Amino acid sequence: MENPSVGQDTQALITNQESAVQKSLNEILHSYEGSQDELIPILQQVQQVFGYLPEPAMKKLAKFLKLPESTVFGVGTFYAQFKLVPTGKNIIKVCRGTACHVRGSAQILAEMGKHLGIKPGESTPDLEYSLETVACIGACALAPTMVVNNETHGQMTTKKAAEVLEQLKGKK
Amino acid sequence: MMKKKLNIHSDGHHRVLVCQGTGCTSSRSEEIRSVLEHEVSRAGLSNIKVDFTGCHGFCQQGPIVVVEPEDIFYAHVKVEDATEIVHSHLKDGKPVERLFYRDPVTGEAIPTYHEINFYKKQTRLILRNCGQINPEKIKDYIDTGGYEALKKVLSQMTPGEIISEIKKSGLRGRGGAGFPTGLKWEFCRNSPGEQKYIICNADEGDPGAFMDRSVMEGDPHTVIEGLIIAAYAIGASEGYIYLRAEYPLAIKRTRIAIKQAEEKQLLGKNILGSQFDFTVHVKEGAGAFVCGEETALMASIQGRRGMPRSRPPFPAQSGLWGKPTTINNVKTLASIPVIISKGADWYASIGTEKSKGTVVFALTGKIANAGLVEIPMGISLRELIFEIGGGILEGKRFKAVQTGGPSGGCLSASLLDSPIDYETLASAGSIMGSGGMVVTDEDTCMVDMARFFLTFTQAESCGKCIPCRWGTKQMLDILVDITEGRGRPGDVELLQELAESVKDNSLCGLGQTAPNPVLTSIRYFRDEYEEHIVEKRCSAMQCRALVSYYILPDKCQGCMICARKCPVQAVEGDKRMVHVIDQDKCINCGICFDVCPPKYSAVVKASGAKPSDIPEKPVPVVAKV
Repeated sequence: MENPSVGQDTQALITNQESAVQKSLNEILHSYEGSQDELIPILQQVQQVFGYLPEPAMKKLAKFLKLPESTVFGVGTFYAQFKLVPTGKNIIKVCRGTACHVRGSAQILAEMGKHLGIKPGESTPDLEYSLETVACIGACALAPTMVVNNETHGQMTTKKAAEVLEQLKGKK
Repeated sequence: MMKKKLNIHSDGHHRVLVCQGTGCTSSRSEEIRSVLEHEVSRAGLSNIKVDFTGCHGFCQQGPIVVVEPEDIFYAHVKVEDATEIVHSHLKDGKPVERLFYRDPVTGEAIPTYHEINFYKKQTRLILRNCGQINPEKIKDYIDTGGYEALKKVLSQMTPGEIISEIKKSGLRGRGGAGFPTGLKWEFCRNSPGEQKYIICNADEGDPGAFMDRSVMEGDPHTVIEGLIIAAYAIGASEGYIYLRAEYPLAIKRTRIAIKQAEEKQLLGKNILGSQFDFTVHVKEGAGAFVCGEETALMASIQGRRGMPRSRPPFPAQSGLWGKPTTINNVKTLASIPVIISKGADWYASIGTEKSKGTVVFALTGKIANAGLVEIPMGISLRELIFEIGGGILEGKRFKAVQTGGPSGGCLSASLLDSPIDYETLASAGSIMGSGGMVVTDEDTCMVDMARFFLTFTQAESCGKCIPCRWGTKQMLDILVDITEGRGRPGDVELLQELAESVKDNSLCGLGQTAPNPVLTSIRYFRDEYEEHIVEKRCSAMQCRALVSYYILPDKCQGCMICARKCPVQAVEGDKRMVHVIDQDKCINCGICFDVCPPKYSAVVKASGAKPSDIPEKPVPVVAKV
């Protein structure tokens, strides 16, 4: 489950987090009964807390729900929402829905990739930024759109998108 | 529906309604509302109430502010405009004309909501309250007659009577397949078993569609009312609303609405003293298109990978945890209270012989008025696209319209006068789908469009059955080859053969419909495929590998901008020398095209043939601007 593309610093970060994971996970599990249909909501909450699904958390969760680890891992890899590696502090999602496609979202995505020096699905080495695509955010009348840290930006051009990113970098 | 004024707030008070759907919120409508509130109170205007609503469906014009009772519609409102609206309009009675909506065809300013063509020609039943009421206040919904249908069924109707009423109305599922809703309920009602479930499918995964999101954000109570009625009709005591995690605002408002309904005893034990118990849970999807399929959705609710299984048994016999289950789309459920209140005969009088009632479309793409529209079944595509939609952007030529998203097909201009109903769309090779409608113009390449949809369905294929997992992959590989100039004679026939086999043999709707965009684009735009394969040309200039960039010697001023920005140093030339692109180095990224100053417009795209008079090497600039 370890990702070879994760650098040493990140690996150290993960190790440091292990004890923290145990502690926070206990708090999360406290509000659940242990029924197997709770798997997805718990994974969603784990990801909300850690930004991804840490391996020790998934193992512990499997015990809690009396499920094989493979089932937990299988669900974690099936749904697009779940990440198995840490993501950047700032998440930039470019919508690749149909309406956005016909209005040039491929260029927006390329522009963001160029500025950040990463491909969709990757994070910058300092874990400041992640670039993702999303199938559709349902703001099609504002196409093309992108979502930066849960804030929707509509009617993007490559220039406007670059400005949004510059603003974000300025805030840092 | 739209023309009738709502009888709430008829106390002589003004209402200023700020749209707070996802679209308008992204353009700071929350701030606009707080400035309006602040300015109204500062000006001492005590008879004016500022409130927010859900989505008006005309997101492209957002942020939207509506003033009632004058019915004034302000478009593209900025935070700075809020003060002027308060002082000029609300205080001095002079509406702010510069914020009126402008008709894209005539350029005329239209002051009132109901005179705008986009709204005038709509029949809003499902969207009746969206943009009209505050979705976070149950009182607003009740004041418009909300929960009256529920009272009526609980006090006067047996489940059997409800089912026959819905059957009589002719309502068909609005999620895509169009199965008669009454019949679906009857199957579930008649299935043996104590415990039954009802599920509202709000997993709107279709890229290019946002009807369900808008309804859940703008009027969640109408869906909940429909769900309770459905539960009573089939005999379910528990229900689920399965919502996309990508729609945080819809989730928030749905949760608020459920809580309010519980407080008013509209949900929970002994609803309105009728002995009928019903509870609702919200389940968040985790991002999988295939979960729109009924059996996959149920697997997901049970905490498993969202993979479909073969049917039978149908969910009505064995669904959630093996119990009889009914799954209805958001818009289907939102139609129920209206049908119960106004009667099946009234509903059946709208639409065509086999497709009754209204349908909501998310009209997007290269269209002047992009947004949500609700129309009676049976009006023509032309009326929808050119009258309500205001035609194609920038006066370009209409090419095709894609209905039903990645599961549907594209329809060419020859079908513009066809009526919109289930049968007509199916016979044209497309589907009604859940309501996505993407309009394309002459700059859209239909082969690229087919490739785009297949990239999506291929990535979303769950992998359980071979025809879908490998068939879509093979089809996609061929399409990529064609768009990148490696197409071979016979590819079209091979695509057709593969498409038929994927369609016939896939386990679920995802695979069975995935080939539709390919089949319809071949059916209506075969010449574009031939052009890509034989001439290695993309006349829409969208397929990057088939497009080359050239610099026109009579326009180039030798300014060096493109040469400096070129990422691979493919632009040769010095200051005051006409630049030349080295086609062997060029990666067709188009940066030179984007950065060439518009006053020169010296960089052009070409596909297939090279423009004449392009020099081989840089020559001195002759043209003067």
